Amino acid sequence: MSELQREVSELEAKSATAARLFDIRRIIGGLFVVYGVIVTIAGITASDADLKKAQDININLWTGLAMLALGLFFLVWLKLRPAVAPVPSEPGEQSP
Amino acid sequence: MHYLAEGLRLPTNGLDYAILAIYFAVVLGIGFAARRSVKTSLDFFLSGRSLPAWVTGLAFVAANLGATEILGMAATGAQYGVAVVHWYWIGAIPAMVFLGLVMMPFYYGSKVRSVPEFLLQRFDKSAHLLSSVLFAFASILIAGVNLYALSIVVEALLGWPQWVSIVVAGFFVLAYITIGGLSSAIYNEVLQFFVILAALIPLTILGLKRVGGWDGLTGSLTERHGGDFMTAWGGTGIGDPNPLGANWLTIVLGLGFVLSFGYWTTNFAEVQRALSAKNLSAAKRTPLIAAFPKIFIVFIVMIPGLVAAVLVPKIGTAGSDLTYNDAIPLLMQELLPNGVLGIAVTGLLAAFMAGMAANVSSFNTVFTADIWAKYVVKGREDTYYLKFGRLITAIGVMASIGTAFLAASFSNIMGYLQTLFSFFNVPMFVVFIIGMFWKRASMKSGVWGLVAGTSAAMVNYFVIYKQGVIDIPSDQGANFVSAIVGFAAGAVVMVLVTLFTAPKPEAELAGLVYGTKSPGMEELPQEGDQVWYRKPALLGWGAIVLAAACYIPYSF
Repeated sequence: MSELQREVSELEAKSATAARLFDIRRIIGGLFVVYGVIVTIAGITASDADLKKAQDININLWTGLAMLALGLFFLVWLKLRPAVAPVPSEPGEQSP
Repeated sequence: MHYLAEGLRLPTNGLDYAILAIYFAVVLGIGFAARRSVKTSLDFFLSGRSLPAWVTGLAFVAANLGATEILGMAATGAQYGVAVVHWYWIGAIPAMVFLGLVMMPFYYGSKVRSVPEFLLQRFDKSAHLLSSVLFAFASILIAGVNLYALSIVVEALLGWPQWVSIVVAGFFVLAYITIGGLSSAIYNEVLQFFVILAALIPLTILGLKRVGGWDGLTGSLTERHGGDFMTAWGGTGIGDPNPLGANWLTIVLGLGFVLSFGYWTTNFAEVQRALSAKNLSAAKRTPLIAAFPKIFIVFIVMIPGLVAAVLVPKIGTAGSDLTYNDAIPLLMQELLPNGVLGIAVTGLLAAFMAGMAANVSSFNTVFTADIWAKYVVKGREDTYYLKFGRLITAIGVMASIGTAFLAASFSNIMGYLQTLFSFFNVPMFVVFIIGMFWKRASMKSGVWGLVAGTSAAMVNYFVIYKQGVIDIPSDQGANFVSAIVGFAAGAVVMVLVTLFTAPKPEAELAGLVYGTKSPGMEELPQEGDQVWYRKPALLGWGAIVLAAACYIPYSF
């Protein structure tokens, strides 16, 4: 094993990312639910000028609903398939 | 570099600013939340090699989906028509699949932490130092140019003075990368990917409706620009004139082979995302997962460009104050009501910041692991390099802020420098491909291949083309030809140098060259990696077939 491989393997064993990094699905889900609600409300209260500008499509409503759906998808995915932290190879390494 | 026309000021209101403010808060939040996962330098520079494939895959495509790319490709669509698909279907997908299926076992399996580090293992210190230093300079330059482009767009759209947006965006990027490292950069890229989709899809739909659907679009543009404008290959026969200034051969070889393989397989800002994946299977799947969105992103970039060409027939010509780069901002102004408009502004700003962050987060890795730790301060404990990595991130952002201000006063020089640096990428691919597949290629052949390929490409572009020795109709076409010349020169010089210099000892090549294996690579496949939709070969060939099929409707 070369020196580089030994060095990187040692660092990998000490790395904390796998055990401690939060799951991005929670952030995407949360942000898109919030954005979805805001934009959907803007769609429900859209003025005639807004509709005319957007070629008579209530674009805020549709975009808002789609964003809401995407946000919920990520939250449901997270719920159904939570990330499993890998089993620590060296037990002493895990204590925070 | 972009100069947006005046008169593109968007009618933003409090709702749009609220959406933007929420995004900035989340960006910082991700940085702080990722902080506790950074314990070693490997966590900071490569996320501890532990991220899942879908995350690294989306970050891989998002790192390329910077705002300069989005505005620039929409501009290419407005200028050249459907031919812009070449930059995606032939100019990206084959290279991404090649990276995943063929090159990733060597990259990931050898445990290198950066692209230059692979050159150190395979060739020698001179190739390593040359590519590290050039990469470090180029990333700061590109990050600075990105920041400058952002400031121009923000000034035109929102009316902020340029220095405000340079400092604000620079500060946010500095904060979230210094604190959270690569994990923070990658997570923000994934988020940016979805926000950009949420911005461009509504814009595309409304744009199409505005010009009477795809048929209306085709009708108007065919009438004005001729039938070839709406086809991918029309007018690209050798010797035929076309606006792109390239024929099918230079498109396939220059763009599709040399330029695209050079960019996608050896640009560390991209490859770094794959190297942070949790195992070899995930690393291989990173560019393959990225290939699928990449195939379809062209539609939501090209169509706004084409719509702009219909709405403003004179766009980009002397008779209009709008340039091709104004295509997307123009449609945002014309079509999006408040709300979605806020999402679109957020998406553009996020894309600018992500484009810059990808450069900064690859710069700090190369500067720390490849330059500082190998040539300046060697053999210190890991915490030292982690601290140094944070420091150099801050310095790197400061330097790109400085570059952005320089670009504001000397934009011609910056454009020139960017062209110059683009030629260093050309021979990288030839050095990698020969190094990976020819065991005999000697230690010295690496650096000479790089030098010869770069010089040949530059001579071809700046002397033979610019001085008019041979006649190529456009800069774009000349760029393709120069790439081919650089590739061929690099290959010839590598073979010649190899014949007269010593090969690398066989034992040191384990895991770096085709037909050898890294020790410790016998890791068992992870549970679940065997299911059919996670098979790299299926994903890769699937992407190639899909990209080829996409050409069919635009080829006849």
